[in-house]
Amino acid sequence: MILRTAETVDAQRELAAIVGSENCIVDPAELRVYECDGLTGTRVRPLVVVLPATTEEVAGVVKIARRYGLPIVPRGAGTGLSGGALPVENGIVIGLSRMHRILEIDFENLRMRLQPGVINLDVTKAIAAHGYYYAPDPSSQSVCSIGGNIAENSGGAHCLKYGFTTNHVYSATVVTSDGDVVEIGSPCSDAVGYDLMAALVGSEGLVGIVTEAVVRILRTPEKTCTLFATFPSTDEAGNCVSGIVAAGIVPAAIEMMDKLAIEAIVKSTGVDWPLDVGAALLVDVDGVEAEAEHTAAQAVEIARASGALEVRTPRDERERQLMWKGRKSAFAAMGRISPNYYVQDGVIPRSEISLVLREIADLCAREGFRVANVFHAGDGNLHPLVLYDGRIPGQAHHAEEVAAEILRICLRHGGSITGEHGVGADKAAYMGEAFSEADLESMNFVRCAFDPHAIFNPGKVFPTPRLCGDRAGAYVPHATEISEQAGRG
Amino acid sequence: MSSATYADLIADCVHCGFCLPACPTYVSWGNEMDSPRGRIDLMKGVHEGAIALDDSVVTHFDRCLGCMACVTACPSGVRYDLLIEETRVKVEDEHKREPFDQAFRELVFALFPRPDRLRLLAPLLYLFRKSGLQRLTRERGLTNLLPKRLRQLDELTPPLEFSQLRVQLPAFTPARRARRGTVALIAGCVQRVFFPNVNASTIRVLAAEGFDVVVPHNQGCCGALSLHAGRADESADFARALLDRFVPVENPHELDRYDAIIINAAGCGSTLKQYGALFAGDPVHGERAAAFDAKVRDVNEFLAGLEPVAPRKPAPIRVAYHDACHLAHAQGIRDEPRALLRSIPGLELVEIPQGDQCCGSAGVYNLLEPESGAEIGERKVDNILSVAPQLLASANPGCTLQIRSLLARRGIDLPAAHPIEILDVAVS
Repeated sequence: MILRTAETVDAQRELAAIVGSENCIVDPAELRVYECDGLTGTRVRPLVVVLPATTEEVAGVVKIARRYGLPIVPRGAGTGLSGGALPVENGIVIGLSRMHRILEIDFENLRMRLQPGVINLDVTKAIAAHGYYYAPDPSSQSVCSIGGNIAENSGGAHCLKYGFTTNHVYSATVVTSDGDVVEIGSPCSDAVGYDLMAALVGSEGLVGIVTEAVVRILRTPEKTCTLFATFPSTDEAGNCVSGIVAAGIVPAAIEMMDKLAIEAIVKSTGVDWPLDVGAALLVDVDGVEAEAEHTAAQAVEIARASGALEVRTPRDERERQLMWKGRKSAFAAMGRISPNYYVQDGVIPRSEISLVLREIADLCAREGFRVANVFHAGDGNLHPLVLYDGRIPGQAHHAEEVAAEILRICLRHGGSITGEHGVGADKAAYMGEAFSEADLESMNFVRCAFDPHAIFNPGKVFPTPRLCGDRAGAYVPHATEISEQAGRG
Repeated sequence: MSSATYADLIADCVHCGFCLPACPTYVSWGNEMDSPRGRIDLMKGVHEGAIALDDSVVTHFDRCLGCMACVTACPSGVRYDLLIEETRVKVEDEHKREPFDQAFRELVFALFPRPDRLRLLAPLLYLFRKSGLQRLTRERGLTNLLPKRLRQLDELTPPLEFSQLRVQLPAFTPARRARRGTVALIAGCVQRVFFPNVNASTIRVLAAEGFDVVVPHNQGCCGALSLHAGRADESADFARALLDRFVPVENPHELDRYDAIIINAAGCGSTLKQYGALFAGDPVHGERAAAFDAKVRDVNEFLAGLEPVAPRKPAPIRVAYHDACHLAHAQGIRDEPRALLRSIPGLELVEIPQGDQCCGSAGVYNLLEPESGAEIGERKVDNILSVAPQLLASANPGCTLQIRSLLARRGIDLPAAHPIEILDVAVS
């Protein structure tokens, strides 16, 4: 324990005074529901969960945390799949779900000012009627929040053409580890000086807590053409993806689903897709009408030439939405065909897709697991889902090992250990395989420039807990060391 | 439900969080304990013995509206509806409530599922209002002395006309056109007493569409309110009695007379359609219950499935249709009422933003959790007013009472009617 009981009570009382007792959760049963995010394999009960409503309240909470030496884990909608919002024992979870207001819509300058708890899809909903949208579209966009998207540099199906979150955030109001409120970035393009936004976006909660953000919005494309093509196997589908890109087409999205993924999606959404195929592609091409229609026709030709069994286009907008809903609820739909699943997230060069998928299939067959694949094929971002039954002792652990092996396959093929889900708690252990010690040291320098006391999200991203305490003078053990959350080994 | 089934239903949840924005209480407070996946996690904790079923945990179950928006939102097909129903039975069986809380619940359930008693209450309310006593107590702020829940009871009960108190539904109404069949009507409890015109309209429209309409007398409650509150035994008693009324043990073939059994209240309809499942395996009632529930149709559902024969007069009016949770989420009936309204020439139908969110009525929720019910209801009213309708269409009496009472609090006069009442005007 970091704190003696009396100190714990004091800290909780001070936190309650800031956010209100109804937004300061200390009851052990209630804390239970915050023990994990979308990654359920590991659970840790925090000391307290606070749900602040303003930037000032967040700053106040951070100051108290510093005074008591309590680590802080920020949390958005808790949909993350790498355990980025996994609590730290005896730590504070700052949930930003109550900060969900849209503060400003500026059509002239194509930007919006948002609180971090605003749901991704609500950004587009607020401006869609005016002909605008927010481009990054993670599959959980109906639930996940902008703050979490910034922390994870979230991508999504349409990032192939439009880029990740980092390309869509101008500036942010950030609470630092000292409890100060600072502005990072500039609401205009081409800010002078170091690009601090680049350090903030994708920092997985280790740099600061975003309490406001100015994001970029875009005009809704005049025309979006969608096509759905089925193939005998993922080989032909993979070739089709390479063919489309090689032809110079930049589709808004190319998503691949294999046989098992199609089965889960059909069961979940009732979308009218054939079950007797080996793989399917869902492709969006957008732009001005003439351009979109021309490139869509080209893509259809390439699909046929690649060996497509069938190519269809949605009859109307409703069917198009249903197709995309199917794709976007694919992970969660796995619940229909398996009690549990482990979502892996790795990246490989596009040209290796067929090869890597076959290696993954062989690996899973050897280890006795079913594996479903649903992923952003256009940028080589794989999402193999290892299906298992957590009620069978040892299966969860075994599935995790298989998933880890999948990452090693990606690394061997020149890829990376995460495309968009982040490193979090889940993949910290593999960072050492992906990066050299010098790389990790450099990353830690950046982190320590923002959070010299390592109070933000300790234990995440870095393979062994790293501190920033290598300063002259007597050694002072850090709070996270005392709590055995971190060590120097 | 067996313990293993309950555990399996819990295990279906993969904790993805897709239910969060669909849940009205999560939208209100932003905390996970008051979200579907949080509540399922609490159920798991209680079931596995990791946490106790104490006041704090029960509060989060109590705060669930049972609106089932999460069931619609869930990509994994988690049956949260069954889970919360079973959990509420556990709460009623195992948890001891505060005496005042318990007493108020007994009062509510001694009154609302019993039309005979409700009808006795109605003249008292009528006198209370007409005598000026209500105005006096409200003006003097005396009603503020009442506990919130009792004040809510006073505010929710609608203005009554004395003539309404005496409405008796005819036992048999013949078809007014070439006969297409015979249907039976379930009259509802709150519907019968507070909205007798809805039943009258239902009969008129069905007759105009060529159906003989039978209203079996001495109908009791269908058990929906009790079922949704975890009062399993009470609910089963109500359900058995209603079943016996429509499908007597001694003459189960009486059911064959009817092409459909019509209900015009969403909450009742969803429970009536569950009868087969509720009595599954019961040697006396099982078969009859299944045969009965196969014939139950919401009036919107029934009429939308028919080719209309009664001509519709034009009604140039801007109508907002409110989705009742027990129609939209529980029965999947969304397009049918809209189609019926659109069949009226000149009628302009507008969509309420965030229409899949509950209005906060949720059976007796607004009586038991008045503050939360009002917070959720205020959002609904804002959304309704944002599309500036001239008339609100609502197919569930609880929703209508709730929305009307919140509009009245704001001093806004927006009439509300059941879609069947609007259709009645167009075909009469």
